[in-house]
Amino acid sequence: MTAAEALAWRAAGGVPDPELPVVTVAELGMVRGVACDGAGGVVVRLAPTYAGCPAVAEIRADVAAALRGAGFARVEVETVWSPPWTSEWITEAGRRKLAAAGIAPPGAAPARGPVALTLSATRPAVPCPRCGARGTEEVSRSGGTLCTALWRCRACREPFAHLREV
Amino acid sequence: MNGTGGEGDGPGDARWAFGTGFEDPLHGVAVEPPPGADGAAVARVCVALADDALVGAQRLAEWVTCAPELEIELALANVGLDLLGQARLLYARAGQVDGSGRGEDDFAYRRAAAEFRCLRLAELPRGDFAFTALRMLALSSARLAVLDGLRGAADPVLAAVAERGVTEVTYHRLFAAEWVVRLGDGTDVSRGRLGRAVEEAGPWLAEVWDDAVGAELGVAPGAVRAACAADWGRVAREAGVPLPVPVPVGGSGGRAGVHTAHLPVLLAELQGVARAHPGASW
Repeated sequence: MTAAEALAWRAAGGVPDPELPVVTVAELGMVRGVACDGAGGVVVRLAPTYAGCPAVAEIRADVAAALRGAGFARVEVETVWSPPWTSEWITEAGRRKLAAAGIAPPGAAPARGPVALTLSATRPAVPCPRCGARGTEEVSRSGGTLCTALWRCRACREPFAHLREV
Repeated sequence: MNGTGGEGDGPGDARWAFGTGFEDPLHGVAVEPPPGADGAAVARVCVALADDALVGAQRLAEWVTCAPELEIELALANVGLDLLGQARLLYARAGQVDGSGRGEDDFAYRRAAAEFRCLRLAELPRGDFAFTALRMLALSSARLAVLDGLRGAADPVLAAVAERGVTEVTYHRLFAAEWVVRLGDGTDVSRGRLGRAVEEAGPWLAEVWDDAVGAELGVAPGAVRAACAADWGRVAREAGVPLPVPVPVGGSGGRAGVHTAHLPVLLAELQGVARAHPGASW
C-alpha cells in the first residue's frame, strides 16, 4: 500500500457511521479497498451493510468529503455488493467500541448454506453490555435501526440495542 | 427514489442528511452482464422479484402508525425497508441489462398495473395482523427458495442481491412463522383470525408455491413448492392449525401481468405524487 493509499484508507475509514456514530465505517468493515492513481485521484470501494440501509447515500457523501478534505482532487466511491457485508466484517476494535457504548456486538454469524427454519427460539446468548449478565432476552428483533435488535437484561433491567448477527 | 437521479454527494447537498436526490444504488458496478448471462432473462427475473418486494413493502408500510404494538410496527417497517432495498437494486439492474436504460423510478413509478409482474398474494389488501403474518410467511418462504437458488447466478448483481437477500428474508420468515404459531396457539380470537386469514390467502397460494420465476436462471423446478411445503408443515404442527396445501392451478397470474383489482389502487397511491410532478426532486 502506498503512502497515498494509507492516507486515503485513514480518511475514508475514519468516517463515523451516521446511525452508530461510536464506530467508523472501517470498524464496521464497510471499506473494502482503496486505489490511488498517483495523480491526486482515489477510488474507494464501499460495501453497504443492508440493501435497504437508508444511511448508504450519506455515508458515501461523508467518505467523499473526507477524501477531498485529505487533499485528493478526484474522488470516486464505488459500491460493492459482492461479497456481501456480514457482521463478521466488524473489527475487534469496532466490537469493543459498540459494547462500550451500550450496544451489544454481534456474536458468531449464523451458518451459511441451506436455510434452516428455527421455530423454537435459538437466540444467540447476548451478554448485557452494561452489567455483563448473561440472562438477557430479546424484546424485538427490529430496533431503532435496520441492523439492531432491542434486548433487555433480566439482571439490571436495562434495555439495550444489539447489533444483529447476519 | 427520485426522478432526477442527482448525485447525493454534490457540494450543494452537504446540508441535507440524505442529499437532495437518492443516488443510483448500483453506482460503480459494471453495467454489462458477463458473457454467458442472458440479459433479457436476468431483467425479467429482476423485475418480478423487485415487483414482489415493492408491492409487499407498500402493504407493510400501511401498518405504520397503526400496528398492534410499537415493536411490531418497527418490525413490519423494517421488513418493508429490507424489501425496498432489494427492489431498488433489482430495478436498477433490470434497466441496465435489458438495454432500455430505465432507472429504478421508471420501473416503480411509470408502469401500469398490467406491466407489473408481482404475485397476486402480494397485492391483496393489508388485512388484519393474522393475514399479514400468514402472507409474510408464504411470500418469504417462496422468496427465500428463489433467492437461495439464484446465489450462483451468472449475473454478479443478481447473485449479490440473492446472497444478501437470503439473510434478510430468513429474518422475515422467522418473524412471520413465530407469529403464525403464536396466533394459532393463542386464544379463540387469534385462532379464529388465523383461520380466516388461511381462507383469505387460500386461493392465491398455488401461484406462490408453483412460482417458476427463477427457472430460466437455474432455480430447480419444484424447489419453491418443496420449501413452502416444508415450512408450512412445520408451522402448522407447532401452531396446531391446519394449513391446507394448495392444489396446483393452471392459467396465468401475476407473473404474466394478470392482477387483481387491488393492484391499480395500490399503484395509484404509490405513484400519484411522482406522476403528478414529473422530474420533481425533494
